[in-house]
Amino acid sequence: MMIDPLSVFLLLLGASTPILFAALGELVVERAGVLNLGVEGMMITGALAGFGAAYSTGNPFLGFLVAACAGAAISMLFAALTQVFLANQVASGLALTLFGLGLAAMLGKPFEGVRAPAMPAGPLRINWIVWLGLVMVPLVWWFLNRTRSGLILRAVGENHEAAHALGYNIRLTRLAAIAFGGAMAGVGGAFISIATVLQWTEGMTAGAGWIALAIVVFSNWTAPGVLAGAWLFGGVTVLQLRLQAAGVAVPVQLLSMAPYLATIIVLVAISARQKFSRRAGTGAPGSLGTNFHALR
Amino acid sequence: MIQLVPRQSASNTWQIATPLLAVLATMITGGLLFAIMGHNPVAAIRTIFWDPLFGMASSYSRPQLLVKAAPLILIASGLAIGFRAGIWNIGAEGQYIMGAITGAAVALALYPLEAWWLFPAMVAAGLAGGWAWGMIPALLRNWFGASEILVSLMLVYVAQRIAAWMAFGPMRNPQGMGFPGSRNLQQYPSASNPELIAGTGAHWGVVAAAFAVLATWFLMSRHIRGFHVRAAGTAPRAARFAGVRPAVLVAFCLGLSGALAGAAGLFEVAGPAGQITDRIGVGYGFTAIIVAFLGRLHPVGILLAGLLLALTYIGGELAQLTMGLPAASVQVFQGMLLFFLLGFDLLTRYQIRRRITA
Repeated sequence: MMIDPLSVFLLLLGASTPILFAALGELVVERAGVLNLGVEGMMITGALAGFGAAYSTGNPFLGFLVAACAGAAISMLFAALTQVFLANQVASGLALTLFGLGLAAMLGKPFEGVRAPAMPAGPLRINWIVWLGLVMVPLVWWFLNRTRSGLILRAVGENHEAAHALGYNIRLTRLAAIAFGGAMAGVGGAFISIATVLQWTEGMTAGAGWIALAIVVFSNWTAPGVLAGAWLFGGVTVLQLRLQAAGVAVPVQLLSMAPYLATIIVLVAISARQKFSRRAGTGAPGSLGTNFHALR
Repeated sequence: MIQLVPRQSASNTWQIATPLLAVLATMITGGLLFAIMGHNPVAAIRTIFWDPLFGMASSYSRPQLLVKAAPLILIASGLAIGFRAGIWNIGAEGQYIMGAITGAAVALALYPLEAWWLFPAMVAAGLAGGWAWGMIPALLRNWFGASEILVSLMLVYVAQRIAAWMAFGPMRNPQGMGFPGSRNLQQYPSASNPELIAGTGAHWGVVAAAFAVLATWFLMSRHIRGFHVRAAGTAPRAARFAGVRPAVLVAFCLGLSGALAGAAGLFEVAGPAGQITDRIGVGYGFTAIIVAFLGRLHPVGILLAGLLLALTYIGGELAQLTMGLPAASVQVFQGMLLFFLLGFDLLTRYQIRRRITA
């Protein structure tokens, strides 16, 4: 069996892009102290909205723009619940995922069985959106670690009481972070429908949003870590598809478990390292998953 | 200016009122949604919530209520206990599938043996399969600190692929003309889970669901374990001083909810579904999360919420047939219901006062 390293790397880039976008977005959300489990719901929304726009206008790039807006828009449901109505973040995120999957399945019927418009290849014959994802990694890193806004965002995530006492607007900061996370998840989802599968099918994100959540843990809440995690995941996916194509004597259904099993293994390994490491364990933001209610 | 003041303890009135408000708001918003899609909103809501019980085809659809409610209630009863303790098993769908597979495996291995103990053995295997699948995230959390949310969810996708593999491989019916799917257990008397009283839809799963409601009520209000669960949920640090060991609680909650989900899967595969296919998981495990929340994590509430969501399934099918509403509109309804519930829940935990500004 011949596997050409360069072509495998190109496939890996493509396979990792949806996760990369979604996980970078969720990274910013979690650094602001919010745990949004609705990534899967936002991705599927983006996948449908993006595909619909790309198909209707014939312009795939417009599709990605619409997907970003749709992802951000639906994330505002989660934002309203957790930031205004102070609802439990885990439950609200789950609600967003269940609602998004249902909504996309309902509205997606007219787009079943049609093909996405072709995308012009970018530099080095790599998709423009793949490039965009790669550029987003240093951008997010720079924003979080080298800008004043990033510092405020991290302060809000690390200790919202203290950030509030300093006069920062917790709610506004978190709303902005959630919207960014929604937009990124939307683009990630649209990459699956517009650039990978080239079709719309119900439930096509197939757990990518959940894998993105695991990648954020794997990254120890850093942007370069997210890239490493996304590539690791992409590598496993490509390898698994290659093995399927090569006709290895393992049932297809078992091979296709690989990305999910790999995610569990990676999650366990990184959690164990964070748990048993002698240096101060985890990079998880201090206020992650807790709501803030200002009494004064 | 409006101000939110936290309550000392949750308001009992609002505890009961918010689910009702949420259902009402969902009906209104759902009606609006149907109106936008060009359907008569009143007719659509009536088709979903009224006709299955009292409409023309109700003699067919009424028994379906128990058939659909049983797995939801069975799964949600287990989930609610974990949710109370802040242990998030969101992979009940996977535990349901594994329970169906392990339970059916017993029957398929012994086919065509007829014995009275076969069905009880299948139930035991279903419980064990679901329990084992639930214990994976429990142990990974206890040993390595891995998030039970993500691990249990990932295992849903793994279970779905195991089910597909079983249906196309090891469990495929040797007399099935090459079609995927196992033997049909409905046609295997000792292994089948039939309707116990004609016309009610009640099978052994319904009996088990009723038992689960009673047992979880007893556990939560009369047993020390239930006290530990509630303590860990409201005041984790205080709970430790009271002798609650978190690791034991994690294993207990995930194991119990897994076992109940597994039993639900077994009752389904031996009864209404009949065979292992790659579509054995139909989303009960996820809908049960909504049932648990809508029922306020209380056994009686879960009973009522399970019946209501079962109604939306049946009503949704009916609306699909008679009005051409998309099948996924039920899912949208269920998601909306959870949204509204979580939103209105503000009223149970906070008082709304007008701020007097100087």
